[in-house]
Amino acid sequence: MSNDTSTKRESLFSKKNRRLLSDPLNDSNPITVQVLGICSALAITVQLQQAVIMSLSVVFVMIAGNVIVSVLRRVIPDRIRIIVQLVVIAFLVALVDEVLKAFQPDISEKLSVFVGLIITNCIIMGRLEAFALANKPGPSALDAIGNALGYAWILLAVAVVREVCGSGAISLPGMGQVKFLPEAWFISAGGLYENNNLMILPPMALITVGVIIWWQRSKNRALIEEN
Amino acid sequence: MPFNKNSNGFTFFFSILMVVVVGAVLAVTSVSLRPLQKANSAEKKMINILAAIKVPAERGGTEEVFAEFVTARIAINSDGLEVGRMTGPVDPSNLEDPFNIDIKKDFRSKKPAEELSFPLFECVTASGDQMYVVPVVGRGLWGPIWGFLALEVDGKTIYGAVFNHKTETPGLGAEIREDFFQEKFLGKSLRAEGSPYFEVRKGGAVTDDHSVDGITGGTITSRGVGEMIDRTMGHYMRYFDLMKK
Repeated sequence: MSNDTSTKRESLFSKKNRRLLSDPLNDSNPITVQVLGICSALAITVQLQQAVIMSLSVVFVMIAGNVIVSVLRRVIPDRIRIIVQLVVIAFLVALVDEVLKAFQPDISEKLSVFVGLIITNCIIMGRLEAFALANKPGPSALDAIGNALGYAWILLAVAVVREVCGSGAISLPGMGQVKFLPEAWFISAGGLYENNNLMILPPMALITVGVIIWWQRSKNRALIEEN
Repeated sequence: MPFNKNSNGFTFFFSILMVVVVGAVLAVTSVSLRPLQKANSAEKKMINILAAIKVPAERGGTEEVFAEFVTARIAINSDGLEVGRMTGPVDPSNLEDPFNIDIKKDFRSKKPAEELSFPLFECVTASGDQMYVVPVVGRGLWGPIWGFLALEVDGKTIYGAVFNHKTETPGLGAEIREDFFQEKFLGKSLRAEGSPYFEVRKGGAVTDDHSVDGITGGTITSRGVGEMIDRTMGHYMRYFDLMKK
Protein backbone atom coordinates (compact mmCIF):
# COMPACT_ATOMS: atom_id res chain seq x y z
CA MET A 1 0.00 0.00 0.00
CA SER A 2 2.68 2.44 1.04
CA ASN A 3 4.72 1.21 -1.89
CA ASP A 4 1.87 2.04 -4.23
CA THR A 5 1.53 5.66 -3.08
CA SER A 6 5.26 6.21 -3.31
CA THR A 7 5.29 5.28 -7.01
CA LYS A 8 2.25 7.44 -7.62
CA ARG A 9 3.77 10.44 -5.89
CA GLU A 10 7.01 10.20 -7.76
CA SER A 11 8.86 13.48 -7.41
CA LEU A 12 9.02 15.58 -10.54
CA PHE A 13 12.77 15.71 -10.11
CA SER A 14 13.38 12.06 -9.32
CA LYS A 15 16.43 10.42 -10.84
CA LYS A 16 14.33 9.01 -13.66
CA ASN A 17 12.87 12.39 -14.50
CA ARG A 18 16.22 14.12 -14.31
CA ARG A 19 17.44 11.73 -16.98
CA LEU A 20 14.61 13.00 -19.23
CA LEU A 21 16.31 16.35 -19.07
CA SER A 22 19.94 15.29 -19.36
CA ASP A 23 19.79 12.37 -21.82
CA PRO A 24 18.80 14.43 -24.89
CA LEU A 25 21.72 16.75 -24.30
CA ASN A 26 24.19 13.94 -24.92
CA ASP A 27 23.29 10.23 -24.98
CA SER A 28 20.13 10.60 -27.05
CA ASN A 29 20.68 13.99 -28.64
CA PRO A 30 17.98 14.55 -31.24
CA ILE A 31 20.38 15.85 -33.88
CA THR A 32 23.65 14.01 -33.37
CA VAL A 33 22.34 10.65 -32.16
CA GLN A 34 18.79 10.34 -33.47
CA VAL A 35 19.65 12.44 -36.54
CA LEU A 36 16.32 14.27 -36.51
CA GLY A 37 15.69 17.91 -37.29
CA ILE A 38 18.71 18.10 -39.59
CA CYS A 39 16.71 20.12 -42.13
CA SER A 40 16.41 23.21 -39.94
CA ALA A 41 19.94 22.85 -38.57
CA LEU A 42 20.96 23.31 -42.16
CA ALA A 43 18.76 26.28 -42.95
CA ILE A 44 19.15 28.70 -40.08
CA THR A 45 22.71 28.30 -38.84
CA VAL A 46 24.31 30.90 -41.09
CA GLN A 47 23.99 33.52 -38.37
CA LEU A 48 23.90 33.04 -34.63
CA GLN A 49 21.04 35.48 -34.04
CA GLN A 50 18.69 33.48 -36.25
CA ALA A 51 19.73 30.31 -34.47
CA VAL A 52 19.01 31.89 -31.07
CA ILE A 53 15.49 33.01 -31.98
CA MET A 54 14.84 29.71 -33.72
CA SER A 55 15.97 27.83 -30.60
CA LEU A 56 13.71 29.91 -28.36
CA SER A 57 10.75 29.36 -30.67
CA VAL A 58 11.40 25.62 -30.78
CA VAL A 59 11.71 25.48 -26.97
CA PHE A 60 8.28 27.16 -26.68
CA VAL A 61 6.55 25.06 -29.35
CA MET A 62 8.08 21.87 -27.97
CA ILE A 63 7.09 22.43 -24.34
CA ALA A 64 3.59 23.67 -25.15
CA GLY A 65 3.06 20.88 -27.71
CA ASN A 66 4.25 18.14 -25.39
CA VAL A 67 2.11 19.39 -22.49
CA ILE A 68 -1.04 19.86 -24.61
CA VAL A 69 -0.78 16.40 -26.16
CA SER A 70 0.03 14.86 -22.80
CA VAL A 71 -3.03 16.46 -21.20
CA LEU A 72 -5.21 15.23 -24.05
CA ARG A 73 -3.58 11.78 -24.28
CA ARG A 74 -6.60 9.91 -22.85
CA VAL A 75 -9.08 11.43 -25.29
CA ILE A 76 -7.12 11.64 -28.56
CA PRO A 77 -8.55 8.93 -30.85
CA ASP A 78 -5.74 6.59 -31.96
CA ARG A 79 -6.61 6.73 -35.64
CA ILE A 80 -6.22 10.47 -35.96
CA ARG A 81 -3.43 11.01 -33.44
CA ILE A 82 -0.84 12.08 -36.05
CA ILE A 83 -3.27 14.65 -37.46
CA VAL A 84 -3.99 15.91 -33.97
CA GLN A 85 -0.26 16.28 -33.28
CA LEU A 86 0.21 18.12 -36.54
CA VAL A 87 -2.66 20.51 -35.77
CA VAL A 88 -1.28 21.20 -32.29
CA ILE A 89 2.19 21.99 -33.68
CA ALA A 90 0.88 24.07 -36.59
CA PHE A 91 -1.37 25.98 -34.19
CA LEU A 92 1.52 26.83 -31.87
CA VAL A 93 3.79 27.81 -34.74
CA ALA A 94 1.12 30.09 -36.24
CA LEU A 95 0.77 31.67 -32.81
CA VAL A 96 4.54 32.25 -32.50
CA ASP A 97 4.60 33.75 -35.99
CA GLU A 98 1.76 36.20 -35.27
CA VAL A 99 3.23 37.26 -31.94
CA LEU A 100 6.70 37.82 -33.42
CA LYS A 101 5.21 39.89 -36.24
CA ALA A 102 3.36 42.09 -33.77
CA PHE A 103 5.99 42.54 -31.08
CA GLN A 104 9.37 41.73 -32.67
CA PRO A 105 8.88 42.85 -36.30
CA ASP A 106 12.60 43.13 -37.05
CA ILE A 107 13.41 39.65 -35.83
CA SER A 108 10.34 38.23 -37.52
CA GLU A 109 11.56 39.74 -40.77
CA LYS A 110 14.98 38.15 -40.34
CA LEU A 111 13.56 34.71 -39.63
CA SER A 112 10.96 35.03 -42.40
CA VAL A 113 10.09 31.52 -43.58
CA PHE A 114 12.07 29.72 -40.92
CA VAL A 115 9.41 30.15 -38.25
CA GLY A 116 7.04 28.20 -40.47
CA LEU A 117 9.72 25.56 -40.85
CA ILE A 118 9.36 24.64 -37.17
CA ILE A 119 6.26 22.69 -38.23
CA THR A 120 8.43 20.39 -40.30
CA ASN A 121 10.86 19.82 -37.45
CA CYS A 122 10.76 16.06 -36.98
CA ILE A 123 12.02 16.29 -33.38
CA ILE A 124 8.81 17.91 -32.19
CA MET A 125 6.43 15.39 -33.68
CA GLY A 126 8.81 12.62 -32.72
CA ARG A 127 8.58 13.58 -29.04
CA LEU A 128 4.80 14.05 -29.15
CA GLU A 129 4.37 10.59 -30.64
CA ALA A 130 7.03 8.77 -28.63
CA PHE A 131 6.70 10.42 -25.25
CA ALA A 132 3.83 12.83 -24.63
CA LEU A 133 1.13 10.38 -25.80
CA ALA A 134 2.13 7.92 -23.08
CA ASN A 135 3.24 10.11 -20.18
CA LYS A 136 1.92 12.65 -17.69
CA PRO A 137 2.24 16.40 -18.38
CA GLY A 138 5.06 16.89 -15.82
CA PRO A 139 7.54 14.40 -17.26
CA SER A 140 6.41 15.41 -20.77
CA ALA A 141 7.40 18.99 -20.05
CA LEU A 142 10.81 17.86 -18.81
CA ASP A 143 11.27 15.66 -21.85
CA ALA A 144 10.37 18.62 -24.06
CA ILE A 145 12.83 20.94 -22.31
CA GLY A 146 15.59 18.33 -22.57
CA ASN A 147 15.05 17.66 -26.25
CA ALA A 148 14.59 21.31 -27.17
CA LEU A 149 17.83 22.19 -25.39
CA GLY A 150 19.59 19.21 -26.97
CA TYR A 151 18.51 20.60 -30.34
CA ALA A 152 19.37 24.15 -29.37
CA TRP A 153 22.95 23.60 -28.28
CA ILE A 154 23.86 21.81 -31.51
CA LEU A 155 22.16 24.58 -33.48
CA LEU A 156 24.05 27.29 -31.62
CA ALA A 157 27.38 25.45 -31.91
CA VAL A 158 26.98 25.00 -35.66
CA ALA A 159 25.88 28.63 -36.06
CA VAL A 160 28.92 29.93 -34.16
CA VAL A 161 31.32 27.87 -36.29
CA ARG A 162 29.63 28.87 -39.55
CA GLU A 163 29.31 32.56 -38.77
CA VAL A 164 32.84 32.95 -37.40
CA CYS A 165 34.44 31.07 -40.30
CA GLY A 166 32.07 32.26 -43.00
CA SER A 167 31.50 35.92 -42.12
CA GLY A 168 34.21 36.63 -39.54
CA ALA A 169 31.50 37.88 -37.23
CA ILE A 170 29.13 37.00 -34.40
CA SER A 171 25.56 38.22 -34.15
CA LEU A 172 23.05 38.18 -31.33
CA PRO A 173 19.43 39.35 -31.37
CA GLY A 174 19.23 43.01 -30.47
CA MET A 175 22.85 43.85 -31.15
CA GLY A 176 23.21 42.92 -34.81
CA GLN A 177 26.30 41.47 -36.41
CA VAL A 178 29.66 42.33 -34.86
CA LYS A 179 32.69 41.85 -37.08
CA PHE A 180 35.52 41.20 -34.67
CA LEU A 181 38.36 40.62 -37.11
CA PRO A 182 40.34 43.75 -37.97
CA GLU A 183 39.82 44.93 -41.56
CA ALA A 184 43.58 44.93 -42.13
CA TRP A 185 43.76 41.13 -41.84
CA PHE A 186 41.76 40.61 -45.00
CA ILE A 187 43.34 40.01 -48.40
CA SER A 188 41.32 42.92 -49.81
CA ALA A 189 43.15 45.20 -47.36
CA GLY A 190 46.56 43.62 -47.88
CA GLY A 191 46.34 40.95 -45.15
CA LEU A 192 46.39 37.16 -45.37
CA TYR A 193 42.88 36.26 -44.22
CA GLU A 194 39.75 35.64 -46.24
CA ASN A 195 36.27 34.57 -45.10
CA ASN A 196 35.41 31.07 -46.21
CA ASN A 197 32.30 31.47 -48.34
CA LEU A 198 31.80 27.71 -48.39
CA MET A 199 30.85 27.87 -44.70
CA ILE A 200 27.80 29.96 -45.59
CA LEU A 201 26.51 27.37 -48.05
CA PRO A 202 24.17 24.64 -46.74
CA PRO A 203 26.52 21.63 -47.23
CA MET A 204 28.89 22.97 -44.58
CA ALA A 205 26.12 22.75 -41.99
CA LEU A 206 25.99 18.99 -42.53
CA ILE A 207 29.76 18.70 -42.44
CA THR A 208 29.89 20.76 -39.22
CA VAL A 209 27.21 18.52 -37.67
CA GLY A 210 29.29 15.52 -38.84
CA VAL A 211 32.36 16.89 -37.07
CA ILE A 212 30.33 17.40 -33.88
CA ILE A 213 29.05 13.80 -34.09
CA TRP A 214 32.64 12.59 -34.54
CA TRP A 215 33.85 14.58 -31.56
CA GLN A 216 30.90 13.48 -29.42
CA ARG A 217 31.49 9.79 -30.14
CA SER A 218 35.16 10.05 -29.40
CA LYS A 219 34.21 11.36 -25.95
CA ASN A 220 31.19 9.11 -25.38
CA ARG A 221 32.21 5.56 -26.32
CA ALA A 222 28.79 4.16 -25.45
CA LEU A 223 27.39 5.73 -28.62
CA ILE A 224 29.62 3.76 -30.96
CA GLU A 225 27.72 0.92 -32.68
CA GLU A 226 28.97 -2.66 -32.32
CA ASN A 227 29.87 -3.60 -35.88
CA MET B 1 -22.00 2.79 -21.67
CA PRO B 2 -18.24 3.06 -21.17
CA PHE B 3 -16.45 5.89 -22.94
CA ASN B 4 -14.71 4.69 -26.10
CA LYS B 5 -12.28 7.24 -27.48
CA ASN B 6 -11.81 5.21 -30.67
CA SER B 7 -15.46 5.10 -31.74
CA ASN B 8 -16.28 6.72 -35.07
CA GLY B 9 -18.61 9.19 -33.43
CA PHE B 10 -16.07 10.42 -30.94
CA THR B 11 -13.35 10.63 -33.61
CA PHE B 12 -15.58 12.93 -35.66
CA PHE B 13 -16.61 14.90 -32.60
CA PHE B 14 -12.98 15.30 -31.52
CA SER B 15 -11.77 16.46 -34.94
CA ILE B 16 -14.58 18.96 -35.33
CA LEU B 17 -14.09 20.34 -31.83
CA MET B 18 -10.33 20.58 -32.34
CA VAL B 19 -10.64 22.48 -35.62
CA VAL B 20 -13.21 24.88 -34.18
CA VAL B 21 -11.16 25.62 -31.06
CA VAL B 22 -7.86 26.04 -32.92
CA GLY B 23 -9.51 28.12 -35.64
CA ALA B 24 -11.21 30.37 -33.11
CA VAL B 25 -8.07 30.99 -31.06
CA LEU B 26 -5.99 31.75 -34.16
CA ALA B 27 -8.67 34.02 -35.59
CA VAL B 28 -8.91 35.98 -32.35
CA THR B 29 -5.10 36.30 -32.14
CA SER B 30 -4.83 37.35 -35.73
CA VAL B 31 -7.58 39.97 -35.52
CA SER B 32 -6.38 41.40 -32.23
CA LEU B 33 -2.75 41.64 -33.35
CA ARG B 34 -3.57 42.96 -36.84
CA PRO B 35 -3.47 46.70 -35.91
CA LEU B 36 -0.05 46.25 -34.29
CA GLN B 37 1.29 44.34 -37.30
CA LYS B 38 -0.09 46.94 -39.70
CA ALA B 39 1.49 49.75 -37.71
CA ASN B 40 4.78 47.85 -37.72
CA SER B 41 4.82 47.44 -41.47
CA ALA B 42 3.80 51.09 -42.06
CA GLU B 43 6.61 52.15 -39.75
CA LYS B 44 9.06 49.90 -41.58
CA LYS B 45 8.03 51.50 -44.86
CA MET B 46 8.62 54.97 -43.43
CA ILE B 47 12.05 53.92 -42.13
CA ASN B 48 12.94 52.60 -45.58
CA ILE B 49 11.82 55.77 -47.37
CA LEU B 50 13.80 57.85 -44.90
CA ALA B 51 16.81 55.56 -45.31
CA ALA B 52 16.74 56.17 -49.07
CA ILE B 53 17.18 59.90 -48.46
CA LYS B 54 19.77 59.07 -45.78
CA VAL B 55 17.74 60.18 -42.79
CA PRO B 56 18.31 57.72 -39.96
CA ALA B 57 15.14 56.63 -38.16
CA GLU B 58 14.38 53.96 -35.63
CA ARG B 59 11.19 52.28 -34.53
CA GLY B 60 9.12 54.49 -32.27
CA GLY B 61 8.61 58.15 -33.18
CA THR B 62 9.07 57.57 -36.91
CA GLU B 63 5.90 59.44 -37.83
CA GLU B 64 7.19 62.87 -36.77
CA VAL B 65 10.46 62.37 -38.65
CA PHE B 66 8.54 61.17 -41.69
CA ALA B 67 6.24 64.21 -41.61
CA GLU B 68 9.27 66.47 -41.39
CA PHE B 69 11.18 65.08 -44.38
CA VAL B 70 8.44 63.76 -46.65
CA THR B 71 6.48 66.74 -47.93
CA ALA B 72 3.94 65.06 -50.20
CA ARG B 73 2.72 61.65 -51.23
CA ILE B 74 1.77 61.47 -54.89
CA ALA B 75 0.05 58.82 -56.96
CA ILE B 76 0.70 58.68 -60.72
CA ASN B 77 -0.79 56.50 -63.43
CA SER B 78 1.12 54.53 -66.07
CA ASP B 79 1.12 57.54 -68.44
CA GLY B 80 2.97 59.63 -65.87
CA LEU B 81 0.00 61.83 -64.95
CA GLU B 82 -0.57 62.78 -61.35
CA VAL B 83 -3.82 61.22 -60.07
CA GLY B 84 -3.58 61.91 -56.36
CA ARG B 85 -1.67 63.98 -53.86
CA MET B 86 -1.71 63.98 -50.07
CA THR B 87 0.09 65.92 -47.40
CA GLY B 88 -0.10 65.86 -43.63
CA PRO B 89 -0.06 62.86 -41.33
CA VAL B 90 -0.31 59.37 -42.79
CA ASP B 91 -3.54 57.54 -42.09
CA PRO B 92 -2.90 53.80 -42.49
CA SER B 93 -6.61 53.09 -43.01
CA ASN B 94 -7.21 55.71 -45.73
CA LEU B 95 -7.02 53.89 -49.07
CA GLU B 96 -6.92 57.21 -50.97
CA ASP B 97 -3.54 57.93 -49.42
CA PRO B 98 -0.76 57.08 -51.94
CA PHE B 99 1.29 55.88 -48.93
CA ASN B 100 -1.08 52.91 -48.69
CA ILE B 101 -0.76 51.75 -52.29
CA ASP B 102 0.38 48.15 -51.92
CA ILE B 103 2.80 47.79 -54.82
CA LYS B 104 3.75 44.26 -53.78
CA LYS B 105 0.15 43.20 -54.12
CA ASP B 106 -0.20 45.04 -57.43
CA PHE B 107 2.95 43.33 -58.70
CA ARG B 108 1.66 39.90 -57.71
CA SER B 109 -1.76 40.53 -59.23
CA LYS B 110 -0.18 40.87 -62.71
CA LYS B 111 -2.74 43.51 -63.63
CA PRO B 112 -1.85 45.63 -66.67
CA ALA B 113 -0.01 48.81 -65.73
CA GLU B 114 -2.89 50.93 -67.09
CA GLU B 115 -5.13 49.81 -64.22
CA LEU B 116 -2.61 50.61 -61.50
CA SER B 117 -1.40 53.72 -59.82
CA PHE B 118 2.15 54.20 -58.62
CA PRO B 119 3.21 55.96 -55.44
CA LEU B 120 5.88 58.65 -55.39
CA PHE B 121 7.21 60.47 -52.34
CA GLU B 122 8.33 64.07 -52.49
CA CYS B 123 10.98 64.66 -49.85
CA VAL B 124 13.50 67.18 -48.62
CA THR B 125 16.84 66.04 -47.27
CA ALA B 126 18.48 67.28 -44.10
CA SER B 127 20.41 69.81 -46.22
CA GLY B 128 17.19 71.11 -47.81
CA ASP B 129 17.51 69.52 -51.28
CA GLN B 130 14.35 68.25 -52.92
CA MET B 131 14.23 64.51 -53.63
CA TYR B 132 11.85 61.94 -55.03
CA VAL B 133 11.61 58.48 -53.52
CA VAL B 134 10.32 55.72 -55.78
CA PRO B 135 9.35 52.32 -54.36
CA VAL B 136 10.30 49.35 -56.53
CA VAL B 137 9.31 45.70 -56.32
CA GLY B 138 10.47 42.67 -58.24
CA ARG B 139 11.38 39.03 -58.18
CA GLY B 140 14.55 37.47 -56.74
CA LEU B 141 15.64 33.86 -56.90
CA TRP B 142 13.33 32.47 -54.20
CA GLY B 143 10.81 35.19 -53.54
CA PRO B 144 9.97 38.88 -53.70
CA ILE B 145 12.58 41.61 -53.49
CA TRP B 146 11.83 45.30 -53.05
CA GLY B 147 13.46 48.60 -52.42
CA PHE B 148 13.31 52.38 -52.47
CA LEU B 149 15.26 54.62 -54.82
CA ALA B 150 15.86 58.27 -53.97
CA LEU B 151 16.26 60.43 -57.09
CA GLU B 152 17.50 63.97 -57.24
CA VAL B 153 15.22 66.68 -58.56
CA ASP B 154 16.32 66.01 -62.18
CA GLY B 155 14.55 62.65 -61.88
CA LYS B 156 17.68 60.77 -63.01
CA THR B 157 20.56 60.91 -60.56
CA ILE B 158 20.37 58.30 -57.83
CA TYR B 159 20.85 59.84 -54.42
CA GLY B 160 20.19 56.78 -52.31
CA ALA B 161 19.01 53.18 -52.60
CA VAL B 162 17.80 50.60 -50.12
CA PHE B 163 16.86 47.05 -51.00
CA ASN B 164 15.42 44.18 -49.06
CA HIS B 165 14.25 40.68 -49.74
CA LYS B 166 12.18 37.95 -48.20
CA THR B 167 13.96 34.67 -48.82
CA GLU B 168 17.13 35.19 -50.84
CA THR B 169 20.15 32.96 -50.10
CA PRO B 170 22.06 34.23 -47.06
CA GLY B 171 25.57 35.32 -47.99
CA LEU B 172 24.68 35.48 -51.70
CA GLY B 173 21.50 37.09 -53.01
CA ALA B 174 20.63 38.27 -49.49
CA GLU B 175 23.57 40.68 -49.67
CA ILE B 176 21.43 43.13 -51.67
CA ARG B 177 20.37 44.62 -48.36
CA GLU B 178 23.95 45.26 -47.28
CA ASP B 179 25.55 48.69 -47.48
CA PHE B 180 28.39 47.67 -49.81
CA PHE B 181 25.88 46.81 -52.54
CA GLN B 182 23.55 49.77 -52.00
CA GLU B 183 26.44 52.23 -51.99
CA LYS B 184 27.33 51.23 -55.55
CA PHE B 185 24.16 52.93 -56.75
CA LEU B 186 24.98 56.34 -55.35
CA GLY B 187 25.73 58.99 -57.97
CA LYS B 188 24.76 56.70 -60.85
CA SER B 189 22.02 57.90 -63.15
CA LEU B 190 19.13 56.48 -65.11
CA ARG B 191 19.59 56.37 -68.88
CA ALA B 192 17.44 59.11 -70.41
CA GLU B 193 17.29 57.57 -73.89
CA GLY B 194 15.03 54.74 -72.88
CA SER B 195 14.94 51.19 -71.58
CA PRO B 196 17.05 49.70 -70.08
CA TYR B 197 17.06 52.68 -67.76
CA PHE B 198 19.41 50.90 -65.42
CA GLU B 199 21.29 47.61 -65.31
CA VAL B 200 22.83 45.37 -62.70
CA ARG B 201 25.52 43.45 -64.53
CA LYS B 202 26.88 40.02 -63.80
CA GLY B 203 29.61 39.91 -61.15
CA GLY B 204 32.87 41.58 -62.12
CA ALA B 205 31.55 43.15 -65.32
CA VAL B 206 32.61 46.57 -66.53
CA THR B 207 30.09 49.17 -65.43
CA ASP B 208 29.29 52.63 -66.71
CA ASP B 209 27.22 55.50 -65.40
CA HIS B 210 23.96 53.57 -65.88
CA SER B 211 24.89 50.22 -64.36
CA VAL B 212 26.39 48.61 -61.28
CA ASP B 213 28.26 45.39 -60.61
CA GLY B 214 26.04 42.55 -59.38
CA ILE B 215 26.75 40.17 -56.53
CA THR B 216 28.99 37.21 -57.26
CA GLY B 217 26.99 34.04 -56.68
CA GLY B 218 23.78 36.07 -56.52
CA THR B 219 23.29 36.50 -60.24
CA ILE B 220 19.55 35.92 -60.38
CA THR B 221 18.84 38.20 -57.42
CA SER B 222 21.11 40.89 -58.91
CA ARG B 223 19.36 40.59 -62.25
CA GLY B 224 16.04 40.92 -60.40
CA VAL B 225 17.21 44.20 -58.86
CA GLY B 226 18.13 45.55 -62.29
CA GLU B 227 14.86 44.36 -63.79
CA MET B 228 12.69 45.91 -61.09
CA ILE B 229 14.39 49.29 -61.39
CA ASP B 230 14.19 49.25 -65.17
CA ARG B 231 10.52 48.20 -65.29
CA THR B 232 9.34 50.56 -62.57
CA MET B 233 11.27 53.57 -63.77
CA GLY B 234 9.53 53.39 -67.14
CA HIS B 235 6.34 54.79 -65.57
CA TYR B 236 8.08 57.40 -63.45
CA MET B 237 10.29 58.66 -66.30
CA ARG B 238 7.10 59.77 -68.08
CA TYR B 239 6.08 61.71 -64.99
CA PHE B 240 9.47 63.42 -64.71
CA ASP B 241 9.49 64.21 -68.46
CA LEU B 242 6.00 65.74 -68.30
CA MET B 243 6.99 67.81 -65.30
CA LYS B 244 9.95 69.34 -67.12
CA LYS B 245 7.81 70.49 -70.05
